[in-house]
Amino acid sequence: MTAATGIGARVKRKEDQRFLTGTGRYVDDLPLARATYAYFLRSPHAHARIKSIDTAAAKKMPGVVEIFTGKDTADAKVGGLICGWVVKDKNGQPHKAPPHPVMAVDTVRYVGDTVAMVVANSHDEAKDAAEAIKVDYDVKPANVDLAKALAKGAPEVHAEAPGNLIYDWEIGVKADVDAAFAKAAHVTKIDIVNNRLIPNAMEPRAAAAEYDKGTGNYTLWSTSQNPHVLRLILSAFVLGIPEHKLRVIAPDVGGGFGSKIFCYNEETMLTWASSRVGRPIKWTAERAESFMTDAHGRDHVTHAELALDKDGKFLALKVETIANMGAYLSTFATAVPTYLYATLLAGQYTTPLIYANVKAALTHTAPVDAYRGAGRPEATYVVESIVSKAAKELKMDSAELRRKNFIPANAFPYQTPVALQYDSGNYPPIIDEAIKIADYKGFEARRAEAKSRGKLRGIGFSSYIEACGLAPSQVIGQLGGGVGQWESAQIKFNPTGNVQILTGAHSHGQSHETTFAQIVSEKLGVPLENIEVVHGDTATTPFGMGSYGSRSLAVGGSAIMKAADKIIAKGKKIAAHLMEASVADVVFENGVFKVAGTDKNVPLGAAVFAAYVPHNYPLAELEPGMDENAFYDPANFVYPAGTQICEVEIDPDTGEVEIVNHTAVDDFGNIINPMIVEGQVHGGIAQGVGQALMENAVYDKETGQLLSGSYMDYTMPRADDVPSFKLGYKVTPCPHNPLGVKGCGEAGAIAAPAAVMNAVHDALAPLGVTHVPMPATPLNVWQAIHGGK
Amino acid sequence: MTISVAMTVNGKSVSGKVEARTLLVQFLREHLGMTGTHVGCDTSQCGACVVHVDGKSVKSCTMLAVQADSAKVLTIEGLAASPDKLHPMQEAFRENHALQCGFCTPGMVMSAIDMVKRHNYQLDEATVRRELEGNLCRCTGYHNIVKAILAAAPAMKSAGV
Repeated sequence: MTAATGIGARVKRKEDQRFLTGTGRYVDDLPLARATYAYFLRSPHAHARIKSIDTAAAKKMPGVVEIFTGKDTADAKVGGLICGWVVKDKNGQPHKAPPHPVMAVDTVRYVGDTVAMVVANSHDEAKDAAEAIKVDYDVKPANVDLAKALAKGAPEVHAEAPGNLIYDWEIGVKADVDAAFAKAAHVTKIDIVNNRLIPNAMEPRAAAAEYDKGTGNYTLWSTSQNPHVLRLILSAFVLGIPEHKLRVIAPDVGGGFGSKIFCYNEETMLTWASSRVGRPIKWTAERAESFMTDAHGRDHVTHAELALDKDGKFLALKVETIANMGAYLSTFATAVPTYLYATLLAGQYTTPLIYANVKAALTHTAPVDAYRGAGRPEATYVVESIVSKAAKELKMDSAELRRKNFIPANAFPYQTPVALQYDSGNYPPIIDEAIKIADYKGFEARRAEAKSRGKLRGIGFSSYIEACGLAPSQVIGQLGGGVGQWESAQIKFNPTGNVQILTGAHSHGQSHETTFAQIVSEKLGVPLENIEVVHGDTATTPFGMGSYGSRSLAVGGSAIMKAADKIIAKGKKIAAHLMEASVADVVFENGVFKVAGTDKNVPLGAAVFAAYVPHNYPLAELEPGMDENAFYDPANFVYPAGTQICEVEIDPDTGEVEIVNHTAVDDFGNIINPMIVEGQVHGGIAQGVGQALMENAVYDKETGQLLSGSYMDYTMPRADDVPSFKLGYKVTPCPHNPLGVKGCGEAGAIAAPAAVMNAVHDALAPLGVTHVPMPATPLNVWQAIHGGK
Repeated sequence: MTISVAMTVNGKSVSGKVEARTLLVQFLREHLGMTGTHVGCDTSQCGACVVHVDGKSVKSCTMLAVQADSAKVLTIEGLAASPDKLHPMQEAFRENHALQCGFCTPGMVMSAIDMVKRHNYQLDEATVRRELEGNLCRCTGYHNIVKAILAAAPAMKSAGV
């Protein structure tokens, strides 16, 4: 029966019914009796001293309940927001950790910084009142340009971080790399900027908080990817509300892409203020606020050099990066350009020596943190750009140069020079498959045909590796991470045989309600319709780490497998009792316990019923009930890998780039639901295409005003900006988790930017163009063609 | 100052008192508690709020509630004949995995239905992609949304909707 619903089946999603009929429940949809509404007054300046805040007139406005400023939170000793990952610099010193108050007290440090919170009877009244607050600012020079952020004399963001330097970090042995460069037959160099992105989940961030005076309990509804982690941070570091008195619920969440991992000012303020106001408080970001205050992504300036021998073998890679942290350190900001970036610089290659130096800089801009791929797209852009450029310089075929340097299949597990040990992989068949699907052989004919129409056609490769499935807790701890990275699961049978799976992971588009149910359906032989997945509520689900870093299936799914094993083990004992057999003789197949070689059998449902109605039951040895939980801490990261091939046509008159073909072949290990995996890849590619061709968070370099602060200024990929994608798979099962799965959530976004940009460079190569900045907007392309004129 | 409005929403007569500035989407969500229609931006770009007003797709964040006075409004909640019998467009979205987080979905579905009708059930991929310019999705890369709409067009025709 599991053929249609179990592992590998293209099961239609359980969550679709409510989303298709308008009955999903997102945070803003919650009906809360007597609710008040918060509106945040934000700084219009990138850098200013607050001389005074006058709320007197605003407090008299209609409907206003209360107004809070940074003075109130400082007086109440509300803790600051934390950065949960300590990165040690070159000299072993922990990174600089400037304070991050939930509301600005005397200084604002980016446009959008939180200055006051108005609570009123309606959103509109709160917003009206915020306009009546008078803030006297002493505007200071702003430090906005990342390339100059660390230069002498740049305006300082925090006194605690002299020269705006958060850390100067390195990995690898520079002298060894330099020695390899000295012997190189060829050196390829690139200077690239990984453009800053604004995540733009379609549901804006939102929160609602309620305080129960009778019990002293707080409830926070938040658009969170990890409600337990949010509760832990709020309890242990920020508000001091004990964890058992704070319930965090992340109901239906409309996309996250990393931006909803972090603990933000607004949800903190709502929770804190809910007991003071004595009524529930709701807040939903306007899109303009999302642009200004959601943690942004990427934003690196990088110089890299690749040393090759005369045959094109990579000898060494040297990378120098400045990474933007923004004005405050967001929850995991420090880890993104170090352990999630530089450790991936080996890519799919045998490059024996790698050195990377990363300087993290503060600027007067919104905080920067993990965004779909987090560090790995940046690494892939460096590696795959420089490899393609080397191929051009050496007049080698781009695919051939990659093949020549791939880690061979028999070399796994493979220790890279940058800390990671790749567990499994087989890269040549992936690129072969991609070449086949993309009809690489036919490309030159297509290029010639395009030329006859006046179009420049180019093709680009991107062979990515990622480390995801975060992660072995002890490794995370050694690298400075402040949390464990296991995941939890509980499988709870009801007496009538249906099942609840409670997970610490969180779904905000990833389809856990379907995928996790398929796992249990396959493993325990329970029909899919009898399985319900519960997630997102700290009061009902076991403590878990949430969803990010493509970890839900590899880590959370593995926890479910472990819990299912415990169900089977207990069921065997019950069944053995019922069949008067030895436990050792009982086998479990397709949902039925059997004694091998006999016709005795007990369906799982009967064992469950016996466990809840234990009239004939081995009570002396076995507890009643069928409810097992498990925690799974992975042995290693998982290492999905793949190759994307992008084909573009460029109109040399306008600089407009059109993607005419985009192929992705991935190795995600075993696949539970191909339909869902394909959807993840499609979305990831579109986000990567967005980065490559149109998306760009731009601040005015003098004033620090966010110039790309709406959908009219920040170009989101629309349906006619992307083609239909061509996908393929190769499978090398992960050897160290019970499902043999890797992760698929970020891959598309990791590989796509380099594939697109390499295609753009290939198209423009006949004109002698060697560098187009990302995003390759019509303007950037046109300027590259016309020599910057 | 409040103004009285009355309209038909999903076949039912509704009325309420609103401020002059109250948007149609606010009226639906906050006054009627019909939260299926979403708000994803403040510049009329994302399309999460699309509903039908007198048979035409409208961004309900760009229309005042008072402008919809006396109108017939159809929202995502009123689309399916019953929970078991979805509209062919809803069915096509499910069949083709054209939704992930579900947030843009109500607007996508409402826009798509209008698109199919305006093109007299005859669509090709390029047309669908061009017509979707008023609806943003961050999850699906549009691939499966386009597929779903192309599949729904003939299904709508044969179902006579």
